[in-house]
Amino acid sequence: MTDRFRAILDSITRVRGVQGAALVAREDGVVVADALVEGVRGNAVAALTASLVKRLGDVTGTAGIGEPEFLHLQSRGGVVLAVPATQEIIVVAVADADVNVGLLRLEMLRAAGTVA
Amino acid sequence: MADDIKEMTAELARDPDSLIFIRLGEALRVRGQVDAAGKVALSGLERHPGSAEAHDLYARILVDVGNLERARTVWEKALEIEPRHKGTHKGLGFLHYGRGELDLALDHLELALSADPMDQSVVQALRIVRAAAEEMPEAVAEDPFAAADMFAGLEGGSDGLLLVDGRGRVLAGGVRDTQGAAVADEMAAYLTGISQEAERTSRILELGEWEWMVAEAAGGNVHLTRPTDGTVLLLLRDASVPPGRLSLLAEKANDVARTWLEAQKS
Repeated sequence: MTDRFRAILDSITRVRGVQGAALVAREDGVVVADALVEGVRGNAVAALTASLVKRLGDVTGTAGIGEPEFLHLQSRGGVVLAVPATQEIIVVAVADADVNVGLLRLEMLRAAGTVA
Repeated sequence: MADDIKEMTAELARDPDSLIFIRLGEALRVRGQVDAAGKVALSGLERHPGSAEAHDLYARILVDVGNLERARTVWEKALEIEPRHKGTHKGLGFLHYGRGELDLALDHLELALSADPMDQSVVQALRIVRAAAEEMPEAVAEDPFAAADMFAGLEGGSDGLLLVDGRGRVLAGGVRDTQGAAVADEMAAYLTGISQEAERTSRILELGEWEWMVAEAAGGNVHLTRPTDGTVLLLLRDASVPPGRLSLLAEKANDVARTWLEAQKS
């Protein structure tokens, strides 16, 4: 992983409660770079998130409100957040259910700006 | 700050006893500024404790922040002051309906209608509650857009609320795109796939059951929840509704949808 990508992901994983972050290829859902704790499957995170972003893009597109800029999946045991940074890359974070979403969202949007 | 809110704020500053606080509080509430709306309402209530209108405003703000029990108490106080206050009966009607207390809901909605027989939102709500109370759900379900009226008491109403089953079929509600075209069927087809994908994601990443999902876009925000197993409720609002507020609205819509679904089973 390049230092640039490492720095981008570090800014996200520094947020308390974050289990990991990844840069994911939007088109094919593969990991470009990741910083995930052991036990979190990077390939699965990448594939599933890319698919969710695409499907939600169908919904927001049908509604005529544009492409998704931020996605938040809340589950009982954790959250998955995603920010499509460019047409090619999605910034993804997996975190505890009670993470400070506001702070994490800010860091992810900042990171996405850096990727772009 | 919108001009009308500025003007009303200035007027209230000039004359703190002015009843303009009711319109100001409501304007703030509608814009999603519930904290500010609550302060205006409480301050107004201190000066006008005998105003049923002020109590009604404060109760609606309490509903917006999810404090239903306190809202009920405040509305009851409003009724002590003005037993035929339409807004109060309407609010209590929706509140009881959301709790599945259909008889109480009917009582209040009928009183609201007697105060203003031309209020179409009350007429529609009564139709829904009567159908549920008489165990005639088909009366509601014939037309998906008619069933959307179950959301009539919610901020923003039924537009942009869509309830679908696990096979991508519309159960209730309606949604239109930004050009005004009805897109409920297309949306319903997508929602089932998204629900399955969210379930798969949560399961594979060992995050437990998924509860809700939000997608923010430049022109609006979409919130998805699961009122019951196998159903998905979509709430679509424009981008002026902040995410936290969207979640509160979605929670309320979710409760209404769950009540409605339970009524269909009985």
